[in-house]
Formats: sequence, C-alpha cells, structure tokens
Amino acid sequence: MNSGKKINTANLVLIFSILVLVIVVAVPVILIFITAFFENGKFNIAGVMKILSDPDTYQALLNSVIIAAGVTLVSTTIGTFFAWLVARTDLPFKKIMKALFLVPFMLPSFIGALAWKVLLSSRAGYINKLLIAMFGLEKAPIDIMSLGGIIAIESMYLFPFVFLQVAGALERMDPTLEESARISGAGLGTITRRITLPLVMPSILAGALLVALYSLSHFGVPSILGTEKGIYNIPTKIYERIYASGGSFGAIRVGTILSMILVIAAALILKLQDVLLKKGQYQIIAGKSMRPMVLKLRGLKIPLLIISVIYIAITVILPTVTIFMVGGLKTYGLPFAAKSMTWDNYLKIFQWKMTRDAIWNSIYLSLGAAFVTMLAGTMISYVIVKMKVRGKFMLQFLGVLPFSLPGTVIALGVILTWSGRFGVNLYNTPWIIFVAYIARYMAFSIKSNSASLSQVSDSLEEASRACGATHWQSLKDIVIPLIKPGMISAFFLIFLPALRELTTSVLLYGPTTRTIGVAIYALNEDGETVRAAALASVALLIIFMGEAIIRKFLAQLDKPRAKVEE
Amino acid sequence: MADLQLSGVSKSYGTRKVLDGLDLTIKSGECFTLLGPSGCGKTVILRLIAGFETPDAGTVSIGSKVVADAKHALPPEERHIGVVFQDYAVWPHKTVHENISYPLEIAKTSKEKTAEAVKKAIDQVGLKGLANRYPYQLSGGQQQRVALARALVTAPSVMLLDEPLTNLDANLREEMRFEIKELQRKTGTTIFYVTHDQEVALAISDRMAIMDEEGKIRQTGTPDEVYEQPVNEFVHQFLGIPNYIPFEIRDGSAFISAGGPKGAADIRIPAAPPAAFRDKAGKAACRPMDIRMEKNAEAADTLPAKVLRLSLLGPIIDYLVEVGGVQLRAQMQTEEATARDMIIAEGDACGLRFTNLMWFGIDGEAVR
Repeated sequence: MNSGKKINTANLVLIFSILVLVIVVAVPVILIFITAFFENGKFNIAGVMKILSDPDTYQALLNSVIIAAGVTLVSTTIGTFFAWLVARTDLPFKKIMKALFLVPFMLPSFIGALAWKVLLSSRAGYINKLLIAMFGLEKAPIDIMSLGGIIAIESMYLFPFVFLQVAGALERMDPTLEESARISGAGLGTITRRITLPLVMPSILAGALLVALYSLSHFGVPSILGTEKGIYNIPTKIYERIYASGGSFGAIRVGTILSMILVIAAALILKLQDVLLKKGQYQIIAGKSMRPMVLKLRGLKIPLLIISVIYIAITVILPTVTIFMVGGLKTYGLPFAAKSMTWDNYLKIFQWKMTRDAIWNSIYLSLGAAFVTMLAGTMISYVIVKMKVRGKFMLQFLGVLPFSLPGTVIALGVILTWSGRFGVNLYNTPWIIFVAYIARYMAFSIKSNSASLSQVSDSLEEASRACGATHWQSLKDIVIPLIKPGMISAFFLIFLPALRELTTSVLLYGPTTRTIGVAIYALNEDGETVRAAALASVALLIIFMGEAIIRKFLAQLDKPRAKVEE
Repeated sequence: MADLQLSGVSKSYGTRKVLDGLDLTIKSGECFTLLGPSGCGKTVILRLIAGFETPDAGTVSIGSKVVADAKHALPPEERHIGVVFQDYAVWPHKTVHENISYPLEIAKTSKEKTAEAVKKAIDQVGLKGLANRYPYQLSGGQQQRVALARALVTAPSVMLLDEPLTNLDANLREEMRFEIKELQRKTGTTIFYVTHDQEVALAISDRMAIMDEEGKIRQTGTPDEVYEQPVNEFVHQFLGIPNYIPFEIRDGSAFISAGGPKGAADIRIPAAPPAAFRDKAGKAACRPMDIRMEKNAEAADTLPAKVLRLSLLGPIIDYLVEVGGVQLRAQMQTEEATARDMIIAEGDACGLRFTNLMWFGIDGEAVR
C-alpha cells in the first residue's frame, strides 16, 4: 500500500497471519478429511460406511446422540427456569444467586463426574451405601455410571450456557412490550405464554444448541462415568481405539471418520444457531438494561430460594467437598472419620514426579499457549478488522473454524500434522500439546480481540499516522494501549480452560507430558481414586485462585476503560 | 508553504468510480473549501492528500514534490500534514497534553521545545487549564479543539480538515469557524477544508470548489463568485435557497412556461435574457432576497403573483408566492417591510420585481 519499508510492516503482518492459520488450523483439518475419505490415495466412501456401520462404532454414535439430546433437554429446562427466577421474579439475593448459578462453569466437569462417581457408583458410592444402610435395601438405588447418570452430571455443569443466554435476553427485553400487553388486559400467565416466551425463544434455543454442541463432543464425563461400564460416546470411542492400538494408523483413521461426524454435526448446529440468533434479533431486545416487570412470588419466595440454594449446594458444594474429603482418605472406601483422614496424599502430590510434572506441564503449557494465542489472535484480528486486503474472509473463516471443532478432532488433526509427515515430529513432546492448545483456543482470542479492535475507530490510527507516526509506532502507541483490556481478557479466556483441559491432551500426552487433567484421568483409570481426588483438589485450588485473581484484575482493568467509553 | 495539487486523479472502490480525472489546485496559504453533498467523494480527496488512500491514476503533489501517483505513495507520516477528523479522533487513553505533544514526541523534539509548543497550541485553541484532563472529561467542542491543537502543534504547512464542525451544536459551530479562520490568518497555514455545510464554506474560504454527486468539480472561485455568479444550475441550487422560473423564448421575450393554468404562457418575464442566450427555452433564477414585492399587482414591469404563505422568521419575512403556476420564495427584512408598509397578507395579490436575474440554458449552464 505504501512505499519502501512500510510495505513490509503491513505485509509482514498479513503473511504471518495467513501462515499461522494455515499451519495451525487449515493443514490439520484438511489432513483429517483426507485421512477419513482417502485410502491409499483413493477416494473410499465404502470404507467410511463400513466403519460407521460397525456395531461398536454405531453404538458410540447412538450414545453420543442420546447423551446430547438428554443433556440438552435437561440443561435447557433447568437453565431457563433459573434464568426466569433470577431475571423476572422478586427472588431474594438475586445478584448473589445469579453469580452462584455461574459457579458450575468453574468446576471442571470431569472432576465433578469423579466426585459423583465416588458418591453414587453402584458398588462403593457413599450415598448409595448410606441409603442401603438406612433403608435396608438389597442393592444400590442409584447407579450414576449409566447413560442416565452421564446425562444428569453433564447437565449439572452445562446448564449455565442456557442460563446466561436466557437471563441476558430476559433482562434486556423492552419491558414496555409486556406492559402494553398488560394494559390490553392480558394476565401474567397469558403475557408469559404469548409475549415473553416467544420473544426469548431464540435465546433459549441458542443456549440449547450450544449445550448440544458441547455435549456431543464431550469427553470428560462419559470417560469417567461410562468407560468402565462399556458405555462409549464418539470422543471416548476414538480415545479407546487409539489407546488400545497404541496409536496405530488404522485406529487414527477410524478416529478421523468418527471425527467427521462430529465436525459435520457441529457445523450444522452452529449454522442453525446463527440463523436462530439472527431471527432472534427483533428490535425488541434493546441493548440497554431496563427495569423489567417482576413477578411477586409471595408464598413461594422462600421455598424457591431454598430450592435454588439446595440445587447449588448439591451441584457445586457437595462434589467439591467430596473431592477434598476423598483426597484426604487413607484408603478409598473408608468412612469419612477423623481417624481415616490424612494430609499425606496432598503432600505426595507435590512429591511424586508424575503429579508434580503434570501440574508444572499444565501451568507452563497453558501460560505459553495463552500468551502465544493472544498475540497471534491480536495480529490476525487486526488484519481481519483493520486491513483492507483481499481474501481476508479466508482468515476470518479459518480463525473461527476451531470454535466448531471438538477437542478430539483438533487432537487428531495435530497428530496427523506433527508426527513427522512434514519433517517435524512433536509426538510425545509437550510441543504437540502446545500446538493443539493454540489451535483449540485461537477462535477465543480472535473473537475477543476482534470485538475490542472494532471499537477502535480507524481515524484514531490515521490521526497518529498524520502526526508522523509510522504504522508500527501507531500500533504501539495507539492501537495496542486501546485494545489491551481485550487482549488480557483473551489471555485469561485461554489460560483458564487450558489449565484444566482434558479432551485434547488425553490423546496427545506422552510418558512425561501429562497435564493435570490427564493425570487425574489416568489415576482414576488405575483405580487410584484417592490420589486422583487429591490431585483434583489441588487443581480446584489453582483454578479458584486463578479465577479470583483474574476477577480482581479484570475489574481493575475495566475502570479506566469505563471512563474512556463515557 | 506549499501549493497542493491533484492532477488527473482517478479513484475507484470496486466497480464504483468515485473520482475520474480530477484536477484541483490549492494555493499556498489560502483557506480552500471543498463543498459538496454527502457521499460525493470529497473526503476521498482529503484522504488522498493525507496519504490514507492512493490514487488509481494521476498525481498528488505537495509543493514541488509528487507525494503519490498510481505506483508510489509517500506514507502519511512522511507528508508532514495536519489532519483534523470529523469524529475528532482524540486518543481516549491520553490526556489533552499527551494528545497534543504526541506529534512532537514522534519527531523527537526536545523536552523544552515540546513543552513550549504544546503550551502555545493549548493557548491558541483556548484550552488553558485543561491540559491534564482526559478526553472523556471534555465536551465535544473542547475535544474538537484538542484535535485542532494536535494538528497545529508541529506548525505544518498544510492542514486538512474533514467536516470538523459537523458534530458541534449550532452556536459552537459558528464560534469555531471564526476561530479556525483566525488561526489560519495568524499561522499562514494552507487549509483544505471539506464540508457539506455551505454556511461554513462561504464564511471561511478564500476560495472554494463545489463538487457534484458524480465527483466532478462544477465551479471554483471566491465565495462571492460562486454565490453571486454560479456558472451552472447545480452550483446555484446548492448554495442558498434557489428560485427557478422556467421560460420559453418567443419574439425575443421570455414567457413563463410552467404548464400552469391557462394563460400562464402569456405572462412575460419583465426582463430579457442576455444577447448570448441562444436556446429556445431555459430557466431564470434568483435568490429570495433578489425579489422585490409590490402591493400593486398591476405595477409596471412586475410579474402578477399571489401570496400563498407568509412566515415571520424574526429579522426576515419569508413569502411563498405563486406566479403562472410557478412557486417562488421571496424574503425581505422585517424592519424594512414594516417601515414601508409592505406586509402582504396570505391570499392577496402582489407584483414581483427582480433585481438580479440569472439565466440558465437547457443544459443548465449560466449564460451572461
């Protein structure tokens, strides 16, 4: 665009952005397609069909669908109900309750699953044992290690997706729409049914689809509650095949074919969501917060509050406490009594090489990946939002593509790309996990950075150029200071989930490159429930601390920004 | 000091050709306004001069130096031009002082000189005492002054202003436009000012150019020239309130041809087109203030008209009158009208006299 060396600043950014996305995203995805559909260089749809109709894989597909459908139904119901309760009733302590309903987001679902296994497995579940003793039952009344159990536990941790969407829509909805219905003589029941519900339906559906997307490709809960009993969904089946064959190409190929199903399903779900959300943007939902009409709960006020509190206690506090308690047991299966408790397990976590390595690996991998992905995402967003170049829609597409790729699929793509095919073999090194994290979280970074970049008016940058600043100086002095909050939130949006990542890491780890998630998972697999729980406790502490620090940090960051936007 | 020159400049966005072979010269030290309707490409011209856009063809020169042609372009930072944007573009994360000192920091000016220049710029735009405020603590007008001071602080030989007053309220706008003019007189900077606001353009320009929707410049001249002697209908109707009387020539006289009521064609305009007028028909044009009204509709050399509407706009009385199916706006000073007992009621007949009729041919060009 400009003369001399300035061409390079702009073009360098452009070329580097394309390179990053092609290497990190495009190549792995293309390789998955090729591996799935081509055998010995020939297009082979019959082979694909054969694998899909194999009873073993077919059952996994079916389970995935059943689990996803169940989880979507349950989380949508719970999420919508609590959203309505918080947004549209006079429930006491609404603000605190709203925050509490989002806490399940913080608790990694596989750690939750681990806790519930301890409490409700048919063999040794503490609650089951208690119920048997109390009522003199023949056998355990509840078996959490079943399809129903998986659905219940996943729903517990995924319902905030619906809750957030619906509560947001209910709060932003123009209250005059309901008021005018009321003036026209409609009762509250009629208004809810005929006005409110249709208006927030797109948000409910959008939240539901997000849950479906996550659940369909969810690894953690089914792996902990299902694998032992032979219940597989697609991601756990892929893992089982690859693990059982020691990472053979045949198994990877089956994996890629199953992955294609996930990719296609995800693409359809996201497309549907896009359509729904666009349709949902009637102008009725104003951007500003207004005071919505509130239903007086009267006599139901206290009972509903108690129900909400109990729900949170059961889904968040009970599993967390369980994990900490089990982590302190001398041997799994002992009753929770002072004499069977010890600090030993916690100390051991920091002494054993395996667990110490896992903690260290997770910390530096997620810090590193968050940092690199934040920077790369900033650069790519800059190209997408600010630069006038042809073909940038490709960047946009590649940048948000990983968002629709399940972790399992990304892991497979990374294996195919970085196992020596292109002269670089990262298998069994931490780098392969690092690359996978970058691919997996790039979309987060691009979304966050694009949002803040699009708020920086072009003229701010042009003004600095007119003042004599080079392109680079104007980026450094004007653009980056203005988007810093977006960059930092991108960093944490990546760092926190990466810290507890399981789905992708579990397919990529080597003997010395376990992450926290993998280590907990492996210990549980080996029947080392107590140690798994101790490590999980440590992980929870790290996560809670991380969240606390970040909240404080982001709150501080928001202050000067809020001023700027006034 | 430097002339600004665009020669044969073309610019397209996709298939839309915004500028086609445009020539424009702004003389050193003058305040030049480019006036045109929204979306006519006037901002593109400013951006071409600033270096935010590159021409597809033609050259852009500052002084004797070609800063851009189809192949090469000097980046904006090497053109040493001050730019003031419509949305101010004041950096929200910098204080007033930091905003204004930034160009000097970039130029690696010494601390003492920077402090001095910033102080002077702050004084010039009347922002004394606000140096440590952040933009969010300033009003729109104050932010606009920061933008102006930032553009001024390096004493550039050329300043480009893109609708800098549009976002201000009417009073502030009036005040600021005099200040800009005053600043330009003091500093001798060449100013290129882009606007769609004719009042600003007429008030501050040494010379101005009127651009049409197709990105063509229709007239260049002093404010006086373009207002009093528009070379075509476009310029005439763009500035001020235009009145047009369509006519046809019969026997060397001009008759109204509005297709109005019967007999309208028989109304002769009490003035003759200039000798150079060759077309069979055309339009006679005038401003509302160029119409003198008579209570006597039969008075000699007047057009017989009827008052349709009378509105009192404070110091001015505004009439809507009709003659032979043509509606015209006429204005007179309220004071003068009362003194001469010239207030004519709605529905009453009157006579119209023209003090300054302009004649446009069929092609819309003025004939004198």
